[in-house]
Amino acid sequence: MNDIKTIIEALLFVTGEPLAPKDIADILSDGERVRTRDVMNAIDELKAEYAGTGRSFAIENIAGGYRLHTLPRFERWIAKLFKQPTKSRLSQPSLETLAIIAYRQPITRVEIERVRGVNVDGVIRSLMDRGLITIRGRKPVAGRPFLYLTTREFLEHFGLKDLGELPMAEELRKSITRTKETTLEVNSSGAEGSTDENRPAGREDS
Amino acid sequence: MNGEIPGTPNGDVPSLGDIMPKGGVGGSCSEGYRVKLEIFEGPLDLLLYLIRRDEIDIYDIPMTNITGQYMEYLDIMRMLDLDIASDFLVMAATLIYIKSRMLLPPEEREEEEEEEYDPRMDLVRQLLEYRKFKDVATQLQAMEEEREKLFRRAEQDNLPKGEQPALDVGIFELLSAFSEVLKRSDAGKLREIVEDRFTVSDRIVYILGMLRKSAAIKFYSLFTDAASRTEIVVTFLALLELMRSKKVRVRQERAFDPIEIITCSA
Repeated sequence: MNDIKTIIEALLFVTGEPLAPKDIADILSDGERVRTRDVMNAIDELKAEYAGTGRSFAIENIAGGYRLHTLPRFERWIAKLFKQPTKSRLSQPSLETLAIIAYRQPITRVEIERVRGVNVDGVIRSLMDRGLITIRGRKPVAGRPFLYLTTREFLEHFGLKDLGELPMAEELRKSITRTKETTLEVNSSGAEGSTDENRPAGREDS
Repeated sequence: MNGEIPGTPNGDVPSLGDIMPKGGVGGSCSEGYRVKLEIFEGPLDLLLYLIRRDEIDIYDIPMTNITGQYMEYLDIMRMLDLDIASDFLVMAATLIYIKSRMLLPPEEREEEEEEEYDPRMDLVRQLLEYRKFKDVATQLQAMEEEREKLFRRAEQDNLPKGEQPALDVGIFELLSAFSEVLKRSDAGKLREIVEDRFTVSDRIVYILGMLRKSAAIKFYSLFTDAASRTEIVVTFLALLELMRSKKVRVRQERAFDPIEIITCSA
């Protein structure tokens, strides 16, 4: 058990991408099977150790995996080391569009525009360029428009474990705007037009 | 709009005498447009601003008043010579429509409905929904800022992947494969209704995105989903561009095997 812990530490030490507990378990399974549960327990122990001994880094659970990161209070010095100005932040239109996609995915461009009330062509392009959203399939309606989803990079960018961690997740997934299209699909039953299509497709894997 | 291809061959560097700022210099031409829009992000944003500023009850919007205010802002924008996006005009029309509906006596169909029909209802719903997303966007922004303080291990490029290059595919094989795709698409039932707008750079992003997920993708799989001929052509152009800039390579195991696209590791 002790051994597993140090091996995991070594694995986390060398990787920048989040490591899924299952992948760690596969690596550790050498002859006899190591269970994902054991991996997670070992990681919890490591976490506690780091916190207890005042290390400058911690393990985070992000985008479905585990990863080491430095603690926020070291930002000043690390930033000096990299001599890098702060990363370009997302603009307000980008954030709004991203929020709509995150809660309502998979979603088409027209559906996004219906919520924002403006054309989102340019914003979508820049979000695609940054790898925060992706196209996955098409909606089976006239014109077969693309369906957009957030990516794993999106989760990483905002430090989320999965989409369930988004603020006000439950409330925002439901659409309150009743449109012609959704009313049709919901065969004009009453009240709130909460269609199933609005349910998020779970977390991105890739 | 943003269709410029990295390193287009004709390198017409403007001579020094060429000072006249002609239309679009490089890719910056679209930037100006976006800056103009930033005053209000859209009609909903402007309406929410007016509602907040005048402390209006969002469930009981005085239409005459708000329409007037809204039009005033459009006038100001026009005076400042700002490019008013069509979205703003659509909203203006909607506001006027609602306003006029409220002046009319109630129609018969309302008798059937239990609740009294309020022509403002749809707009109010839209505003409420948009406001929620705006709030959440602010929260996301805070989260983004928090994240910036954390650092993780930098990208590594020292992870070698043993893979032998197979046969590289020549441009003619590729073209004939492409004409196959086009022929096949003619037979199919293609319709164009809502047009998704494509540029070569969009499709480059798309192809690179696919390659990020799997090491190799089949040539034909790029087109299986295509809804129009334009899309097929643009996607193909994107592939050519990626090959030219040495971002991807196209290969096949043996002659007549399916053509595959892989990233150039070097």
